[in-house]
Order: sequence, then C-alpha cells, then structure tokens
Amino acid sequence: MKFEKKSDGLYALDVCGYVCPHPQLYTKKALEKMKEGELLELVFDNASSGESIAAMCDSKGNEVVEKNTDSGKYTWKIKKTAA
Amino acid sequence: MEGVEKRNQIWAYLIIGFFTLLTVVSYSVNEYYIYLGAYLWFGFVYGMCLQYGRFCFSSAFRDLFAVGVPRMAVGIMIAMVLFGSVSAFVTATGNSTYHAAPYGWHAVIAGLVFGVGMVLTGGCASGSLYKAGEGNVTAMLVFVSISISLAVFVDVGGWLNALVPNAWHESALAKGLPAEIKVGDGWLDQYLAGHVWNQPILTYSEWLGLKGAWTAAFLGNVLVGIVLPASLLLAVVYFLWYRKGYLRKRTEEGRPHQGFATELAGYWSMIAASKRTAIAGLILGIAAGLHMYVMKGMQLKFGVQNFGSILKELGFASGLSYKGTVFDPGYWYVTTQEAQWFGWLFNKLGWDNTGNIFFGYENGLPNPLLNPAGWMSIALIGGAAVMALLSNEFKWKNTTPELAVWAIIGGTLMGIGSRLGLGCNVGAFFVRVSQGDVSGWLFGIGMIGGAWLGVKFFNWWTERRMAREMAAFQL
Repeated sequence: MKFEKKSDGLYALDVCGYVCPHPQLYTKKALEKMKEGELLELVFDNASSGESIAAMCDSKGNEVVEKNTDSGKYTWKIKKTAA
Repeated sequence: MEGVEKRNQIWAYLIIGFFTLLTVVSYSVNEYYIYLGAYLWFGFVYGMCLQYGRFCFSSAFRDLFAVGVPRMAVGIMIAMVLFGSVSAFVTATGNSTYHAAPYGWHAVIAGLVFGVGMVLTGGCASGSLYKAGEGNVTAMLVFVSISISLAVFVDVGGWLNALVPNAWHESALAKGLPAEIKVGDGWLDQYLAGHVWNQPILTYSEWLGLKGAWTAAFLGNVLVGIVLPASLLLAVVYFLWYRKGYLRKRTEEGRPHQGFATELAGYWSMIAASKRTAIAGLILGIAAGLHMYVMKGMQLKFGVQNFGSILKELGFASGLSYKGTVFDPGYWYVTTQEAQWFGWLFNKLGWDNTGNIFFGYENGLPNPLLNPAGWMSIALIGGAAVMALLSNEFKWKNTTPELAVWAIIGGTLMGIGSRLGLGCNVGAFFVRVSQGDVSGWLFGIGMIGGAWLGVKFFNWWTERRMAREMAAFQL
C-alpha cells in the first residue's frame, strides 16, 4: 500500500495486489483524512472492491469523477465532496 | 488489447469445451456418470453467477461494518428468498434432498469463528473458489488452507482429547457407532456424537405446527423462515447504513425527503442499487433450487439415495464411508469436497484418517476423479474463470507475504468454523436458511458477529499502516 501527497489537494493511493476488504478500507480512511474539494487518485486491481468503493462514494456523497481500466488495473479519481 | 481479448475468449471457449467433452465422454463410458455431469454444470452456473455479481458472502456484513455498503447483504437476502421459494416447491412435492441440522449455541459459535476467518481472508468459501477462477493466488491459498485445516481438524485427538468434557465422551461412546469409528478418540468426533447429535432439529414449519405440505413449505419455511427475517434485517440495514445517504440525495435533488412513501422508496432503492448483485442473486437462487430438484430426479432414475451406491455398482468400493456413502449433498455445497481431496491425499501418503465420523462414517474418501461434489467445485472455478475471461477481468494476481499470512490464519479459522457448524457460509447458512432450518440463522448471527470482530481488527491494522504512510506529509 502506498499513500502519498502528489501536490496540494491531490493525493495518490495505490492498493494494487490487495484483495477485499483492504482496498475499500484504505480508500475510506484516505478520504476521511482528506479535506473537502481535494482529489484522490486511486489505483487498485481487485475488481470486486470497485463495486464497494463506488457504492461507498455514492452513499457518502463523494464523487467518482474518472474511471479508467487497463488490463485489470483500475485507476479512479475521487473528489471528496462530503464534509 | 484486442489480442488479449481474443486470447481470453479462446481460453473461455476451451474451458467450456473441456467441461462439455468431460460430460459427453463420461456419459458415454457409463450413463451413471451423468450424475457427476449434473453437479458439474450446476457448479459452472454458480461460478458464473458469483463472478458476474461479485457475489461474496464475506462482504455482506463486512462491507456494512467496514464501509457502510449494503450491496451484498441485499444480494444474499434476494438469493435466499428465491432459493427458498424454488426449494419450497421441491419440498412440497416430496423431492427435497435436504436434511435439517441440529441447532443450538454451537451454530452461533461456529459462525463466529467462521466469520472472523472470512474477513481475514477477504472471501467466503465459495468466494475464494470464484476468485481463484479470476486468477487470484491469495484466494487459491485460502481454499487450500480451509481444506487442509478441515482435513486435519476432523481427525486430531491427542492432547485435544483432554479438552473434551466427560459428558460428551460418555455420550459419544453411548451412540453405539461401529468399532471401526474410534468415536472416543478425537475432539471433533466427541463434539459431534457427544454434543451436536444430542441437539434438537427444527424447521419453522414444524415450530409453527403447520401440517399441509404446501402450507408448511411456503408459509412456514419461506414466509416465516426467510421473507420476514430477511425483510427485518434489511430494514435494520436500511435505517443504520443506507437511509442517511438516500435522504441526503433526495434533498439535493429537491425531492420530498420525509414520510412513509419516501422511506419505502428508499428501501426499494437499496434493494435495486446493485443490479449485477441482484441479478446474480436471482439466478443463483433459482439455480440452487433447480439443482436440488435435478439431483433428486437422478436419484429416483437410478434408484439410489447416494452416489456411493453407484460407485459400488461400478466396482469402486474403496473410498466409501462405513455406511457405503460418499459426500453427495444434492445441492450447492463447498468445503467438504475440498477437505476430501486433501484427506484422500493424506490417506495415500499413509495417514490412516478413516477412523473418524467425518471421513470414515459419513462422507468417505473417494478418488477425487469420482467425487461428485468435487466436480461441482472444479466447475465453479471454471465457470468463474469463463465469466472473468469473457469480461476481460481474468488476471493472474500473485499473493504478498501479508495477504498470505491472512489467508492461512483466516482459512484455518474457516476450516475449523465450518466443521463446528457442519457447513460453511453456503452449507450452514445460505442453504439452511433457504430450507427453513432454524440452525441457519443461528450460524448467520455468529457470522455477523465474526464479521464485526474481523472488521474491528482490520480497522486497527489499516489505521496503523496509514499513519506510517502519512508520517511523510501533513494532512
């Protein structure tokens, strides 16, 4: 797992290699620590975590602004819109 | 990319072709082998549905507690109502292959142990099989851990015998089992024969005293045993985890956000939130019910009650249990057949493991090539692989030391829990609840408690890891 600050308001979380529930748990914790309006670039390769992360964002009010898939690797950009 | 897609498709069709060939060739060798083919194709459908819907029992309550997502809890309730309804028809027409299990505190404790393990591994027993079909090496390690721990746990005595209460020991000996089964030696045997077998067996229809076959099946087992508790459980999930987000969205959209109609719309929105999961639940439920019907039909056609009789008829006497049977549940089941694969291997390596109830008295240790439920598990992995390949989600994913540790610890707990509860999340929970068996919800309550404990642990663990990463910058 790698969580880093790329620039002001932009964070990157790489949870490739992890299976459930790690990707969704790390994503939740990263979003909880970020401020409203900041962006998280999330990279994961566990397909079933995607379903949970999307539902979690929808429920909390955070916005998945971009979804890319490349050979089983998912790169999502999530904007923290909820307080 | 196109080349990868093409290659994936070829592999998918090769798997389908292999299973088709296996079915046709085995049938042409002897018509009895269609029994194995039936298990195979239902397993294949289970695998496809599980992968399509990312249908993992483990995530049902884990994701609720961990990230507040009710998707899987909803999917499982839908599947149970559907499976229960089809099964009620099968039961009412006298074609059920199901036998209710003893209920008591043991089911709750078993569920708890299994539930903790399930969170640690990241997948339930069937979930690990379907994820293995996606190329996930950690999932393969999980089902190997479950199977080995199970195969070992059913036959160990020694110092564990000292942990057996004397009352269990005496009661186990008093059951009068054959001398070949050393029921006084081995923790699990004494737990089973000395405790679990003394517990009552009850279905909801019996509890309500319903007599008519159709009334008992549909009113007692489906309505009271599944629909009402599942609806109540989902209502709790709605109020605790879904309602707040739903009302917030309605408020943002300027729609009414108060009143009974709004709450009902919210409840339905939760059920319909994940179409993939709901569709998978629907097909799984129907397929699981049909499976029971088809297996009963096969048994009637061949005049047998267990595949062991067919093996005997074909001249394969070795590997049968004392009762002349092999594990042949007649419905969707996991863990026992995988334990048999490893039990059979240990036996061939010189371990005399047939003196226990699990292998020796009830399930036997058949050659893996002739293990009916084993065909179902192999095909489940294959079905999931086909689905993953066709949707380009198949990917060989190696494990890491951290995940391997969780897989081995969690898999071991799942193996122990599944034996204590006489089944895993499918056999002891999903199937039993769907058949109106009281013990099903008890195992489920334990699994929910286990999921909560497991999530507590992982919350602590991930928080620690995040703190270490964040030491490099201010947030």
